[in-house]
Amino acid sequence: MSTISINGQNHEYGGSPDMPLLWFLRDVLGLTGTKFGCGMALCGACTIHIDGKAVRSCVTPVSVALSGGKITTIEGLSADGEHPVQQAWKELNVAQCGYCQGGQIMQAASLLSDKPSPSDAEIDAAMSGNLCRCGTYTRIRSAIHLAVVKSGGAA
Amino acid sequence: MNSLFRLAGDNALPVAWAASRNHSIDTIENESRRAFLLGVSTGALVLAIGALPLRALAEEAKLYGGAGMPGGLQDDPRVFIAIAPDGSVTLINIRAEMGQGVRTSMPMIIADELDADWGRVTVQQANADEAKYGNQNTDGSRSVRQAFTSLRHAGAAARQMLEAAAAAAWGVPVTEVKASLHEVVDSKTGRRGGYGEFAAAAALLPVPAADQIKLKTPQEFRYIGKGLVGGTDNNDIVTGKAQYGIDTRLEGMLYAVIARPPVFGGMLKSHVATEALKVPGVIKVAVLDSSPIPSAYMPLGGVAVIASNTWAAIEGRKKLVIEWEGGTNAAYDSVEYHKQLSASAAKPGEMARNLGDVYAALASAERKIAVEYYLPHLAHATMEPPAAVARISDGKCAAWACVQAPEDTRDLLAGVLGISKENVTVHMMLLGGGFGRKSKPDFVAEAALLSKAVDGQPVKVTWTREDDLAHDYFHTVSVERIEAAIDSSGKPLAWLQRSTAPTIMSTFAPSQVRESAMELALGLTNLPFFGVPNLRIEAPEALAHTRIGWFRSVSNIPHAFATQVAADELAHVAGRDPKDFLLELIGPPQKVDPGTLGDTQNYGEDPTLYPVNSGRLRGVIETVAKAASWGRTMPAGSGLGIAAHYSFMTYTAVVFEVVVAADGSLSIPRVDIAVDCGPQVNPERVRAQMEGSVVQGISLALLGEISFAKGHAVQTNFHEYEILRFDAAPGEIHVHNVGASDFSVQLGGVGEPGVPPVAPALINAIFAATGKRIRNLPVREQLRAV
Repeated sequence: MSTISINGQNHEYGGSPDMPLLWFLRDVLGLTGTKFGCGMALCGACTIHIDGKAVRSCVTPVSVALSGGKITTIEGLSADGEHPVQQAWKELNVAQCGYCQGGQIMQAASLLSDKPSPSDAEIDAAMSGNLCRCGTYTRIRSAIHLAVVKSGGAA
Repeated sequence: MNSLFRLAGDNALPVAWAASRNHSIDTIENESRRAFLLGVSTGALVLAIGALPLRALAEEAKLYGGAGMPGGLQDDPRVFIAIAPDGSVTLINIRAEMGQGVRTSMPMIIADELDADWGRVTVQQANADEAKYGNQNTDGSRSVRQAFTSLRHAGAAARQMLEAAAAAAWGVPVTEVKASLHEVVDSKTGRRGGYGEFAAAAALLPVPAADQIKLKTPQEFRYIGKGLVGGTDNNDIVTGKAQYGIDTRLEGMLYAVIARPPVFGGMLKSHVATEALKVPGVIKVAVLDSSPIPSAYMPLGGVAVIASNTWAAIEGRKKLVIEWEGGTNAAYDSVEYHKQLSASAAKPGEMARNLGDVYAALASAERKIAVEYYLPHLAHATMEPPAAVARISDGKCAAWACVQAPEDTRDLLAGVLGISKENVTVHMMLLGGGFGRKSKPDFVAEAALLSKAVDGQPVKVTWTREDDLAHDYFHTVSVERIEAAIDSSGKPLAWLQRSTAPTIMSTFAPSQVRESAMELALGLTNLPFFGVPNLRIEAPEALAHTRIGWFRSVSNIPHAFATQVAADELAHVAGRDPKDFLLELIGPPQKVDPGTLGDTQNYGEDPTLYPVNSGRLRGVIETVAKAASWGRTMPAGSGLGIAAHYSFMTYTAVVFEVVVAADGSLSIPRVDIAVDCGPQVNPERVRAQMEGSVVQGISLALLGEISFAKGHAVQTNFHEYEILRFDAAPGEIHVHNVGASDFSVQLGGVGEPGVPPVAPALINAIFAATGKRIRNLPVREQLRAV
């Protein structure tokens, strides 16, 4: 048995170290906010944070977390759903079906923690690994700029 | 619980949505049932005032719109509305939410007529039950368009019942009281009481007859037409709490993936499961029977691996050793098939619409085009792949699934399990995208059959992305051949279009060898090119070799692409401005009965209420052209393109601005789209749908292609079946709402009509920028040679 830290809570794990974190989160822990989209790190629906950095949980084995990184999922991004990125997403009604948006938000939050006032080119570079089939990209861009303002930065 | 209008006891799902994820849905469901039993039984209060009688009527006389749909329309307030003593209002949403916003827009209609405070409204999702709710099928851009009036009636009836109850309680005439924002007010004394105060008494009153319903005037609308209400599920979505079909978890649930025959119509020959069963977590390997073509909604069959988690099931499937029988489609090859379609389109096909003598006119004309357009198969590729959970106990089946057609799902499950539909419950989860894929519930039947295979234990079937792209109900593949001519003065003279594509009907019935009347009515038999004196539409033969299904906008995509690109091509032959020439093809404003054109479908709507209105099509073209400053001089390497289309009772027009660099790389600084869908219930979601349509339309134009080789789909995941990415999306999308604001005209559809004009406008803009005419989609590398 080893311990994995997820959203500030420790979980015991005794299964295969090769299991992708995605399935540990969804099927074992019931943290279904992290979505399955492709299984090959092509779509970003499964994006989580390990020590604050966005990673694709569908290709990240549990063994990575066993070595001590702190995992944050969309459920743990904020205590009350009021992270500036979450606020901006709600205010601009970004979501259509919403399925990819947890991953989009985790990606955007990681970007803003790294670059508090990103340029459009930096937003493009950070967000182009996250697919949205409903086509909400222009609103995502607006919401990232709004989140910058909400965080006290210059959009 | 003393709610006004009782809710059905089987609506446990939204309770589970709000619950801690440590609880299984079963636990929540049981708790909810206990709570429900404290209340009054619903049975005596529920009247089937729309549903069943209308279904019977539909067989006798032609009914249009929602009344003509299976299950009809329901407007009984007691089916949709519950008001608790504390005044909290629960509204039932009966349609499938897949991103189009029905869980916001439809309850909002009821809330407006009820004059409820939206902040005190909770939306609860219905289960599949068309006898109770009326039609729940969510496609065809129909939900708000067809249910607008019946939902208004439900809300207004409840408002009047609250007013009557308050008047009785105060001993004053009902004319003296008025409901206003969650309260009833006595106009003489000024006394007021909350809705919760009168709910129990109102529940005992008769529902006002239809001719007694007092609807609001549009000036009195609080929410309708304003676009100020935020998405119902916004908070759950941004916090990861929203529950889609794939997120369902039940106590003791097992997880399955299935290896299906790679060729449509193929079957299992043999399999060895020894190594699969050694994978830790794998519990069982089960064979599912394949259905003969046409298999409709029946599962494709194959070999299922059932495990304690999804990953173990996927790993186990890799270890299966399977031999398949190829079947009759084992030679399906897209390169060959393109040639076959072209050969078929070169010869006359079955006539679907005819005006004048197109062949004579073409023979006599000097200036003409003869062109062919190719649009490949597309996969829906919903971000949430098909997934469902089913459980069987005591001869009853319960399913939790992301389905657009809940009642069809119920019928299918009853059929495959051999039980009555009364013993089937289908819980409507959120859909992570639908686009028509989730109208076909084959994946739910798989879950039910696998639950049966493990003695009723709950089983979740998940389609991997590879499964989704290999076994979709694919958008058709088309060759559209157009021969068109102008006369000596440059005016439109003749238009011959041969639409050559395998039909959706082939999925449901044998011997379907060409586009059906339904498909041809998606933009061809009702094509409003009234300015062309000789016009003929033909449908040559095209045999299906895979499962064909409807994809957002359906055949409007190839039809609009071909007509709108050919219009641009002909404009250039004539030396005319493409926008002016398009208006000339459409001709002067007029309203035309689609029946006179050969369109017997009219999207199921009454042709007297919904004529083909070329004036409205002209209107969106003029609007979008003005907004995009059409006609301005563009720098070298950049260009503007325009296209317009009528579909789903809505008129749309698009202008693209593109820049093509010397190396052929394309960027899209700006897209303008004008939409006339009549009055807009939720303009905010109309804008969102148009923005999404633009992006999805660009995606299919630039990247979308499923091709077949040796009978199976070639593309396996998003590296091969590409979806438009963030960095390739337009810099700006401007949506221009043209519709009526006075609700005096009929509502049009919103979910689909934005897509069809997008690809042709883009291709026309690329031509303007480069002089290169793209006739085969997707564009992909074709600009590299520029």
